[in-house]
Amino acid sequence: MAAKILPYLLGGISVGGQYALIAIGYTMVYGILRLINFAHGDIFTVAGFLMVYAAATMPLYCSIPLVIMLTILLGVLVEKVAYRPLRTAPRMSVMISAIGMSYLLQNLMWYMTGGLAKQYPTLPWIGDKITVAGYTTSRVTLITPFLTVVLVVLLVLLIQKTKIGMAMRAASRDFETAQLMGIKLNSVISFTFVVGSGLAAVGSMLYFSNYATVTPTVGAMPGLKAFVAAVFGGIGSIPGAVIGGFIIGICESFIKGAGATTFSDAFTFALLIVILAVKPTGLFGENLTEKV
Amino acid sequence: MSSNVLKIENATMQFGGVVAVDNMNLEINQGEIVSLIGPNGAGKTTAFNVITGVYAPTNGKVDFNGQTIIENHPHGKMKKLYKGQNDGMYSRILEPTPDKITKLGMARTFQNIRLWKSQTVFENILIAKHCRVTAGLFAATFRANRAEENRQREECEQLLEVLGLQDVRNDLATSLPYGQQRRVEIARALATEPSLLLLDEPAAGMNPQETDELTSFIGRIRNDFKLTVFLIEHHMDLVMDISDRIYVLDFGKLIADGTPSEIQNNQRVVDAYLGVSNDA
Amino acid sequence: MKKNNSRRTLIAAGLIVAMLALLLVLDNVPGVPPMLLTVLRKGAIYALVAVSMNLLNGFTGLFSLGQAGFMLLGAYTYSVLTIPVENQTAIYQQYAGGGVHFSITESLSNAMGGFGTLLGVIICLLLAGIMAAIFAYLIGLPVLRLKSDYLAIATLGFAEILRAVVQYAKLGPITNGSNLLYGFTSFDSFRIGSLKLSTVMPFIFSGLCIAVVVLLINSTYGRAFKAIRDDEVAAEAMGINLAKHKRMSFVISSFFAGISGALLAMYQASVQATTFKAAMTYEILLIVVIGGIGSISGSIIASFLFVGCSEWWLRFLDNETTLKSFNAKLIFAIIFGLIVLGILVLTLWRQVKTGKLPVATAPGGKRKVLFGRSAVGPSLLALAVLAWDVYFVISPKLKLPLMRSGFRMVVFSVVIMVMVLFFREGIMGDKELPDLFGKRPKNAKKEAAK
Repeated sequence: MAAKILPYLLGGISVGGQYALIAIGYTMVYGILRLINFAHGDIFTVAGFLMVYAAATMPLYCSIPLVIMLTILLGVLVEKVAYRPLRTAPRMSVMISAIGMSYLLQNLMWYMTGGLAKQYPTLPWIGDKITVAGYTTSRVTLITPFLTVVLVVLLVLLIQKTKIGMAMRAASRDFETAQLMGIKLNSVISFTFVVGSGLAAVGSMLYFSNYATVTPTVGAMPGLKAFVAAVFGGIGSIPGAVIGGFIIGICESFIKGAGATTFSDAFTFALLIVILAVKPTGLFGENLTEKV
Repeated sequence: MSSNVLKIENATMQFGGVVAVDNMNLEINQGEIVSLIGPNGAGKTTAFNVITGVYAPTNGKVDFNGQTIIENHPHGKMKKLYKGQNDGMYSRILEPTPDKITKLGMARTFQNIRLWKSQTVFENILIAKHCRVTAGLFAATFRANRAEENRQREECEQLLEVLGLQDVRNDLATSLPYGQQRRVEIARALATEPSLLLLDEPAAGMNPQETDELTSFIGRIRNDFKLTVFLIEHHMDLVMDISDRIYVLDFGKLIADGTPSEIQNNQRVVDAYLGVSNDA
Repeated sequence: MKKNNSRRTLIAAGLIVAMLALLLVLDNVPGVPPMLLTVLRKGAIYALVAVSMNLLNGFTGLFSLGQAGFMLLGAYTYSVLTIPVENQTAIYQQYAGGGVHFSITESLSNAMGGFGTLLGVIICLLLAGIMAAIFAYLIGLPVLRLKSDYLAIATLGFAEILRAVVQYAKLGPITNGSNLLYGFTSFDSFRIGSLKLSTVMPFIFSGLCIAVVVLLINSTYGRAFKAIRDDEVAAEAMGINLAKHKRMSFVISSFFAGISGALLAMYQASVQATTFKAAMTYEILLIVVIGGIGSISGSIIASFLFVGCSEWWLRFLDNETTLKSFNAKLIFAIIFGLIVLGILVLTLWRQVKTGKLPVATAPGGKRKVLFGRSAVGPSLLALAVLAWDVYFVISPKLKLPLMRSGFRMVVFSVVIMVMVLFFREGIMGDKELPDLFGKRPKNAKKEAAK
């Protein structure tokens, strides 16, 4: 019995960790800017493509950090171009800008790659096959949860113990007051995007080591699911996003295993609607009341 | 014979750990003009919000024209947190949304003006008539409701006249000077055909002359529209001039009530709020 | 007042008749570029979707991203009910001939001939809308209480769920699973004698629906929607039940989205679930934004512009072109340079508007923009890009495989981003076409300041 569920459990934890890494980016940005960064999933995809091109032209110990840096650069650039100018605009405008940016990135990728799917390089060591309890999988599946937890712990430490972390917490509490207290909002926001995009890049390396085909729209679904994870855990809460990611990953894996593959995507959205109907603030979220 | 229009009984409003309104008991009779005064942060607008259904009180009830429209008692999370009194008194939970209360005949204006910024003055007033529309969606869309629509437009024109807004009727409501915007808000509230009118700081931002005009205006509409008026105000000349009775709120508690002269001579009120006039 | 109104109605009626006559001509005269007809038909259909989305987003302030899902429902409902019985075995191959076994249009046309077909189509369109409306009602109950961003994601999620459910194998006998549905009554079936009506019909259907929406917007309920959009706390205080009216707007918007999905099915003559992805909703949203949130005429204009650009005028950008010769590179460099300068000007202008860039008013009233720190960054960037531009022209070895498949969409997306960032109001803002010809509500402060 255990042997039967083990592959699904492992697979679920693995993909769950990848969702968690992407979800963190969503939840951090939403916490401060109250913006759903629709382009985040596409940044994740771009990281995948970058690796394909980078690994073909340079050794891996160069390409991995390069990909991470370029992804971070892209994330910060998107923020500067598409979100910062609209900081004072109504929320709908910024969301539309995010959607437009996502549209642009997808079309750019399509144009650059000619619409052909690219094969993701097998990263040594993490791409290796290993056997666990009689079940063969690639090392990625095992590493992901550990790596995720380590990164999240580091991130939480950063947020709780450092000055910039405190600035981020202040900005997500009360945007305007934080500014009045002298916090350089632009730096805080850029930093948020740095962290979010960096984690997305790492997540992409893990994800594409499992699902090795990269197409321009491949990031849309994981992106949306990661967002659902963030909402489920309580938007603005990093531990919540992580737990949400794992739960969605595991449930999805079991649903696929039970044979209802078409519904694995639908399940995530059904979960979203249930949580929004029952407890919109998510597992660890907080309530805010508006003054009339 | 004057009858009870509004009766607030043991109303307490608690947000988290903060008691904003503490066991308020208040009555207003038909045709009266009653004022609620007190320092900033005393809980006056919160009391308005409870009466109009924006917040459900943590405990207590509100009767309107003899019928209980709002009732609540501490339950769920609040059961443990509740710091107020009388928590065993009420058993029902009645939490109507503000629109239902407005339809019963209670209308209000807001402390921070909330006009609809894409609409003209006339349209702002006309929209307030929507709650009195009897035509359904199809009838209204396919214009089977001409008679009712024309009648309502006619009533809005009259309101424009009463409030002296005919000249600006086609201007965007939020482009008007502050004082005029307040008048639009009052016209809008009157359009809902209320029997009780709640005014939240109607004279805020007005100069003494405008305040005088407002004073006589409130008296006039009370008579012409057969209203009862409940108002929150800081302009003491307006309050003392026009009120039949005054309630004084401080830190969420009612510390005094009575006629204007009684309140002016109440030492506790003077200490908490009114102060002593320099030319005493 | 009354004279003006009846004159305006006459003019409007005249214009409509003229337009329909023109379309009739285009449908039947040889030599008309087929692309034009495509743009007209698709534009008309998208106009209806855009208007339905604008009703919800622009007029009621509810940001919903579920249009594609309702279009899907409408498209499937319509096609399932109109596929002629004899074709069903072939179409539903995978599901043993399907489970429907009747066709409304067929039954009616057997009974009443050509008129029966029309009646059947109308009934099926209405049913398509009603199906979408029913789902909207059910979805609305939990979802409309949510804040704007959550509402967007929840409706997006619903659309995706619907798409997955429709492809579910067990529903195959009705929906044909993930296979195509085709063979149903499409626009080409409409004829008067030998006159084709393939372009006139979508305009008529779409136009009637849009007319209903316009009537709604200008009714007391439409005004209530706008009040909810502007300030829902005040709306509630003035007696407008938020839940009921939001649901009303949602259901009506979805009804018309369903009809437009059916119209799209008629236009494409085939239906498949994968057409109705989230990307379609995004396109509609972008159309609404370009046209102006809160403007019906804007949505209509923008639909035709959008479809025209993406299907027709910008197609040349997809042709394989490598810029090698000096002339070609020069032309490109000039165009590119102008675009860069244009964006720089827009950025600086926005900086002036937000106050980041100081502006001095000289005596005599002329205003001059002073050079400030914030102008340095964008200017240097523009300079660098222009320098590369010049180098590109000069250097003989550089060639740019610029235009190939996909370039059109990139240009398109860039234009959209520029609109979203710099022209948020869209083409029409929140004004309607007649407003441009008449008096607008005065802004009292501006009048006083003159």
